[in-house]
Amino acid sequence: MTPRKKVYAAAGTYTISLGSGRKEFHPKKPRPGLEHYIQEAGQGVIAQISDPNVIDECVVSNFMAARFNRQGNLAALMPTIHPSLEFKPSTRVEGACGSGGLGVYTAMKSVLADVADCVLVVGTEVQNTVKAIYGADILAGAGHYASQRKAGHAYFFPAFFADRAGAAYEKYGFEKVRAAMTQWFVNAIEAARRCPQAQEYHNAAEDLYALGNAKPNPKAFADHINVFDCSKVSDGAAGLLICSEEGLAKAGIEKKDAALISGWGTSVADVTKLPEDPTSLATSRSAIEKAMAMAGIGVSELGFAEVHDCFSITGVLMTEATGLVPQGEGYEFVAQGETKPGGRLPMNLSGGLIGHGHYTGGTGVRQTVDVWKQLTGKAEDFQIDVAERSYGLVVSMGGNDKTVVALAMTQAD
Amino acid sequence: MDLAERYQDVGVIGAAGKMGSGIALLLTQELGLRKLSPDGREQSFKLTLMDVDDRALDGLKRYLRGQLRKFAEKNTVRLRELYADRADLVENAEIIQAFIDDALDVVRTTTDLGALSRNHMIFEAILENIDLKVKIYDQLAKQCGPETYFFTNTSSIPIGLLDEQAGLGGRIIGYHFYNPPAVQKLLELITSSKTRPDLIEAGKQIAADLKKKVIPANDVAGFIGNGHFIRDGLHGISEMQALRAEVGFAGAVYMINRITQDWLIRPMGIFQLIDYVGIDVFQCILGVMDRFIDDEKLHSDLIDTLMDKDVRGGQRSDGSQKSGFLRYEKGISAVYDLDRGDYVALDAVFTEPLDEKLGPLPEGYLPWRVLARDRAKDEKLAAYFANLAKSDTLGARLALRYLQRSKEIGEYLVRSGVAGTPQDVNGVLLNGFYHLYGPINDYV
Repeated sequence: MTPRKKVYAAAGTYTISLGSGRKEFHPKKPRPGLEHYIQEAGQGVIAQISDPNVIDECVVSNFMAARFNRQGNLAALMPTIHPSLEFKPSTRVEGACGSGGLGVYTAMKSVLADVADCVLVVGTEVQNTVKAIYGADILAGAGHYASQRKAGHAYFFPAFFADRAGAAYEKYGFEKVRAAMTQWFVNAIEAARRCPQAQEYHNAAEDLYALGNAKPNPKAFADHINVFDCSKVSDGAAGLLICSEEGLAKAGIEKKDAALISGWGTSVADVTKLPEDPTSLATSRSAIEKAMAMAGIGVSELGFAEVHDCFSITGVLMTEATGLVPQGEGYEFVAQGETKPGGRLPMNLSGGLIGHGHYTGGTGVRQTVDVWKQLTGKAEDFQIDVAERSYGLVVSMGGNDKTVVALAMTQAD
Repeated sequence: MDLAERYQDVGVIGAAGKMGSGIALLLTQELGLRKLSPDGREQSFKLTLMDVDDRALDGLKRYLRGQLRKFAEKNTVRLRELYADRADLVENAEIIQAFIDDALDVVRTTTDLGALSRNHMIFEAILENIDLKVKIYDQLAKQCGPETYFFTNTSSIPIGLLDEQAGLGGRIIGYHFYNPPAVQKLLELITSSKTRPDLIEAGKQIAADLKKKVIPANDVAGFIGNGHFIRDGLHGISEMQALRAEVGFAGAVYMINRITQDWLIRPMGIFQLIDYVGIDVFQCILGVMDRFIDDEKLHSDLIDTLMDKDVRGGQRSDGSQKSGFLRYEKGISAVYDLDRGDYVALDAVFTEPLDEKLGPLPEGYLPWRVLARDRAKDEKLAAYFANLAKSDTLGARLALRYLQRSKEIGEYLVRSGVAGTPQDVNGVLLNGFYHLYGPINDYV
């Protein structure tokens, strides 16, 4: 399907990802709440446009504020960003950890439907309100609670992905798979050290490879994976503007400062079922194929990607989901450094979920902001050389590869 | 009676105290888990916690509730398995709460010693006072059944003496937990010549159930832990007194505390450690050891003087450290000056001339907390102590004498039969005092 009009992303911003690892974080001291993050991200977008009154509509993406923060009705928090948002349309969207991608997608639909020219998108999660062991209960809502939670692991989602890692060990050999997972962790921390907002920005560990290779402790955590294979608990928010061509003009944004979203795909799979092949991300693959087909590009035209790496094994499997390497070859691809800056397909240049942090409902928005930053030359210390007409891919995934939004983006001018 | 049956009816005396509350927690956890085991489901478990003060017992219940939550949060993976058949418990939060409730259901609190008459095993952790312990065991011997086991948490009082005076017939064993019992892994297991073999076996098994590392010690007052610590402390006091004429009391305390922490790379300096244990407790243990050990004078006039001046150390009920040799406000902030009867602030004006006297730390020095995490710590320690031996500063000379004295004490403990092997002495210092090397080493 060819879209009727062009849709752009611009004026992106994000807060720091607050949680263990950040020097500002202290588990026993008071921390900013949900409102703070929504306001900081929203106001960060508004600061980049000529007039806040041009915003026609708001979208807020979030996963589980009703449980982490005992707060619903998030759409109505958007006017706390700026008085001009009072009485404007506002929608909250949820798709587990893929909420952010759905938020961007929802905003795009308003623009494509000709009901808005400028849509403010904010994605957020504030989840340090509970200890990780209780947070695991809340995040388990991304699976099928009724049929899976009781039999599930204390750390419900880590166990799902530990099962994927275990299946990969069995199929492709432990050494090969483990080497890729550990390299993924190393890349994530090294990238995060280049992005001041990243949760692992302050990480000063000397031997990252040894750290990432720590032996799993099934009594305290999960089988097959260690805590470094796992993204951390984070508080944070990201915001951006989704615009039509007219919207860019109204907001005073030049084309060189915007990114064109030229292809997108969304796919869901039955949340009540376990994956048929745990060593592949079939739903992500489906969404990515659709996005690239709509953009009219092949995988060779991708310059870089922001993929969902809730766990190191997810990141490795994402290399295969892009279609760049066949199934089973992603492990060597990552182990050989092909996803680092300078590699064949640099991924997660600000650290990804493992390095940057994973404020679940906001992550997809943060990923879109990072691709926009690369395409417009605003990524500062983590900027890579992006060729003209090169594409950046966003893959925002919810649950165990269940709700996926993929975006293919390129320069706007 | 087998151990499984004994576990069904357990008592703790002095349960609201510093050591007793930790022992009570370990037993509540253990009984809570036993109750969930396949066999345990058909049985009833009772843990009777006795202390003299109702308010303290209320505090104990709050402590147990809080600590059980932490325990359950750390062990949720296992608890989910144990509660697998409970369809109503789905979330971690529900499972954690169920365990807290189930474990607390085994607990009864009482201020009446008579309530412990039917226990199969009694853990006692009252004050380190011989007369009081003898009085309690006299009473227990009369009221309890002939098969009851007694576990006394003592760090100095001979077990054989309690056995004999109360007529327990070998049913008492020394169970010296380290503070805090719920955290510290070490347990000194003290047996007398009369201790029943079945009790020794049970004592080892219970220690394993409570995840403790057992080091056996013979029944000589002070055992291994205090056998070393008290003599080590007396050496520190004597070195301090020797420096006192030159640098004053406060200066000497500061210098010896620094030598023992920095030059010896220990987690705390000797005077900080005495404060942590409590000057009152130090005095009490010294008294017990002096009474039962004939060939050695174990006494300190200084400790008595400090007690007279109400300089006692020890901890407040919230766990914060009271002033003793040193004062603690966000770390060590001042040092006691006996000559003036007041504390002197540890500012640069005070410390710099003293540090200068000690001289620089030998090459290769790394702080304890850094070295503790270093996999190559043994090689680094050997290199450091080799440099220390070559160094000709006052600090190095004091440190070397300290190492030698510490080694002598360790070797004496083996020679006199308190410890079975040098490894046992070293094991107590490594596991109970968090030293990075044992006193019996090749560094001196």
